[in-house]
Amino acid sequence: MSTHSTRLASRLMVAPSVLVLFVWMAVPLAMTLYFSFRFYRLLTPDRSGWVGINHYKWFLNAPEFWLAMGNTLALVGGVLLITVVLGTLIALLIDQPVKGQGALRILVIAPFFVMPPVAASIWENLFMHPQNGLFAALAQGLGMQPILFLEQYPMSSVIGITAWEWLPFATLILLTAMQSLSSEQLEAAEMDGASSFARFRYIILPHLTRAITVVILIETIFLLGIFGEIYTTTQGGPGSASTTLPYMIYKQAIIAKDIGRAAAGGIIAVILANIVAYFLMRGLGRNLDA
Amino acid sequence: MGKIQLRNVRKSFGDVHVIPGLDLDIEDGEFVVFVGPSGCGKSTLLRLIAGLEDTTSGTIEIDGKDATHLPPAKRGLAMVFQSYALYPHMTVRKNIAFPLKMAGMDKAEQDRRVERAASVLNLASYLDRRPGQLSGGQRQRVAIGRAIVREPQAFLFDEPLSNLDAALRVGMRQEISELHQSLKTTMIYVTHDQVEAMTMADKIVVLNAGNIEQVGSPLELYRNPKNTFVAGFIGSPKMNFIDGAEAAKHNAHTIGVRPEHITVGDGPWEGTVGLSEHLGSDSFIKVNVDGIGVINVRGTGELDIHHGDRIKLAPAGKIHRFDKEGLAL
Repeated sequence: MSTHSTRLASRLMVAPSVLVLFVWMAVPLAMTLYFSFRFYRLLTPDRSGWVGINHYKWFLNAPEFWLAMGNTLALVGGVLLITVVLGTLIALLIDQPVKGQGALRILVIAPFFVMPPVAASIWENLFMHPQNGLFAALAQGLGMQPILFLEQYPMSSVIGITAWEWLPFATLILLTAMQSLSSEQLEAAEMDGASSFARFRYIILPHLTRAITVVILIETIFLLGIFGEIYTTTQGGPGSASTTLPYMIYKQAIIAKDIGRAAAGGIIAVILANIVAYFLMRGLGRNLDA
Repeated sequence: MGKIQLRNVRKSFGDVHVIPGLDLDIEDGEFVVFVGPSGCGKSTLLRLIAGLEDTTSGTIEIDGKDATHLPPAKRGLAMVFQSYALYPHMTVRKNIAFPLKMAGMDKAEQDRRVERAASVLNLASYLDRRPGQLSGGQRQRVAIGRAIVREPQAFLFDEPLSNLDAALRVGMRQEISELHQSLKTTMIYVTHDQVEAMTMADKIVVLNAGNIEQVGSPLELYRNPKNTFVAGFIGSPKMNFIDGAEAAKHNAHTIGVRPEHITVGDGPWEGTVGLSEHLGSDSFIKVNVDGIGVINVRGTGELDIHHGDRIKLAPAGKIHRFDKEGLAL
C-alpha cells in the first residue's frame, strides 16, 4: 500500500482538505493579528491607522482584564473539579446492577442534550429565581431569606450551571472506562483483602487516569470559550463580577464596537489557551501513552 | 490448617441450578483437581469456596470453622485467576506486595516476603517491570507470587495454564507441582484438561452438570471408573465404548476398552484402517471394525499400518463393563 505512486496519489487527494483547513485557521488568525495593531472602531470607520501595541497595553492595564482572567481560570478549574469528582462518583453509582439501568443512564446523560442558553435559562428562572425559583421556595420553606444567586454569587452560579451541563459528559466517559475494567482484577483485589475503598483507590482510580485525562483535556478546550451561559444569566455582572475573557472580548467587539481592541483580546485568549494547553499536556500527556 | 469441607452445597442462578447439592472433603496439604467439561460448574464451585459467589444453601468449612458467610479476604485463601488478573499499573514488586500492603504489614517485612517469593519463582530480575512488559509465563509466575506471599491456608487455581502455549504449559505444570511439594499447602486446581488432572493431582474430583461423578486418585479413576462419563473423560485417547452383541458376550450393556489395551496382530476383531497417526513414540489408529464400529487403538511407534489396510485386533487389558445406566458392573 505504499508504493511511490500510491503515496503520491494519497497526498494529492488529502491536499485539498489540508489546504482548506489551513486557510480556515490561518486567515482568521492573521486577520485578528492584523486588526489587533490597528485603530478600527465601527462607529468611526473613517478614522484608522496603526496603533502599535496600545490595544494590548489597554487590556493589560484594565482592572477588568485581570478579574476576567481569574474568572476564566476559576470557571475552567471549578467545572473540571466538580465534573471529574462528581462524574466519577455518579459513574460508580450507575455502574451498579439496578433495575431500569438503561432509563437511569439516559436520565443522567440528558442534561448534555440541552443547549447552553436553554440550560442557563432553566437554572435562572426555575431554580435560582428569587421569587419563582425552587431554591427560593426551599429557603422560604426553611424560614430563610431566598439567596440571590446571580447577584451575590454570580461566578459560582455560572460555574454551577456549566458543571451541570458538563457532568453527563464526564460521567459517560468515566462510566465506559469503568466498564472496561476486568472484573477478575476487582475479584483478585477482594481476595487480596482490599476493602471497597482500597479497591477504588488502588484498582479503579488508576484504571480511570487515562479517561480522566481525556475528560480534562476536552472539557478545558470547551470551557475556555464558555459564553452563552454568562450572556443568558448575569451578562458578565453585577459590574464585572462574572466577566470572563471571552465575555470581555464580546463587550469590546459588539457593545463598544471596537474591533481593534477585541482583536487584541482574541490574541491574548489564544495565548492563554496555548499556555493552558502546554501545562496540561506536560502534566497529563504521559497518561495518554499506552 | 487447610482442611476444607463442603456440606450439601447448592448454587442456583435464578432457575438454573448450577450445583444441585454437593458434599466434598479436602484434606490438609492435598492437591485436588476439579475436572470436567466446560459448563460443569467446576469454576463456580471454586468461586463458592473462594467466597466470590454466595452459596444458595449448605455450608463451607475451612479449617474446621464455618466460612459460608465470610467475605473472601477473611477465608485465608489465595486465588490465581485464568487471566492472571494482575494490576497493570503496578510494578511486579507492588503486585506481589499488594495483599501484604492491604493486610497492613510493615514495609521491611513486605520487602522480605516479596524478595523470597521472587527468588522462588525466578522473578528477581523483573521486580521493577510492569505486567505489560512480561511474557505469559512470567505473568503467571507473578500471579502465583501474589498468592504465595500471603501464606494462605489453601491455594485456588482457576484454569491457570489455559492462556499459555503448549510447551510453556508443561513447564508451568511441573513448577506448580514442585511448588506444592515444597509448600505442602492445600491446593485446589480447576481445569478441563484431563492431562493436567492426571499429572498433578493427589485427588481428582470429576464433575458433570454440577454433580460429583467420582472422587479418587488419578490411577484409581483410570483403573476403576464408576461410570461411562468418568471412563470416557479420564484417559487419552478416549476409551472405546461398544454396545450390542459384543457387549452381551461379557454380560454387560456396554463395554469399554482403552485404546492402549488393544493389541494389533491376531484377534477376534477384524477391520479396515481409517486413519493412522504416527507420532514416533506412539501410533494412533482408527479402525473400522466389522460389526462393531470405529475403534481407536494406541500402538507402538514402529507400527507399519496405513489407511486401507485390513488388520486384526484383540482386547488385551481390562475390559470395563457398564450397565444400562452407564454404571460400572
